[in-house]
Amino acid sequence: MPMKDKENYLEGRYEIQGRDFVDAGLVSSQIKKSLKAMGVAEDVIRRVAILTFEAEVNIISYATQGTISYYVLPDTIIIEAIDVGPGIKDIELAMQEGYSTADDAIREMGFGAGMGLANIKRSSDIFEITSEPGEGTCVKCTLMIKGRVQSEES
Amino acid sequence: MITLENISERLSLKCKCCWENLSREVSGGYAGDLLSDVMANSTVGNVWVTRQVHQNIVAVASLKEHAAIIVVQGATPGKDTLEKAAKEGIPILVADMNEFEVVGRLYQLLHLEQA
Repeated sequence: MPMKDKENYLEGRYEIQGRDFVDAGLVSSQIKKSLKAMGVAEDVIRRVAILTFEAEVNIISYATQGTISYYVLPDTIIIEAIDVGPGIKDIELAMQEGYSTADDAIREMGFGAGMGLANIKRSSDIFEITSEPGEGTCVKCTLMIKGRVQSEES
Repeated sequence: MITLENISERLSLKCKCCWENLSREVSGGYAGDLLSDVMANSTVGNVWVTRQVHQNIVAVASLKEHAAIIVVQGATPGKDTLEKAAKEGIPILVADMNEFEVVGRLYQLLHLEQA
């Protein structure tokens, strides 16, 4: 749930459970609604929706649990996905489009195509990823929105 | 502009939920079974053609604001998928044809007949 709501500032944080495919997309949907209500420009919302969905699916597919936090500042939106899980041994390899460690169950649902991290990076202006094998992964995405936050639009 | 109702009639689709939204106009189409591909490349108002029937397709269609989902090969969406679609207002239309035939006919309808 959004924790703080001022005219030009909003932040929120959601908990996500690993393997909970039933609710995949719920967090992205909530964040999208919050940004819409705040009047963030449509093209920015579209990019946020893509990257939060991918981050959400990554946590569900691979981690034990995780959180997605978002911060809407006057000129940037920051999305942080932090999980507790197996982590990523070779980040460079994981970033390659088409590379995936997904199991059959994940692939049968149309996930695990090895496009997730690349989609997240493409949708961000600044993309940062750190991972500790055996502990978890942290992805931080920054989108520049200077001059794009509209006033008082629902 | 073509509506879901026009498409539904021409392709003999069976509507499984959200009949009230069939007057919705369609901006174009996208076909794919990889959810990341659809998330990245489809656009607002598209009809999404897929063989997937599990409930995560509704999350994708809702986030991308698709006009509807067309499920191919006579596949049967589960109760949970239909319930979620009804909640999100995303019509799910079922085609007996395979994905290739559905896309071919849609392309004809949306891009050639309308040109």
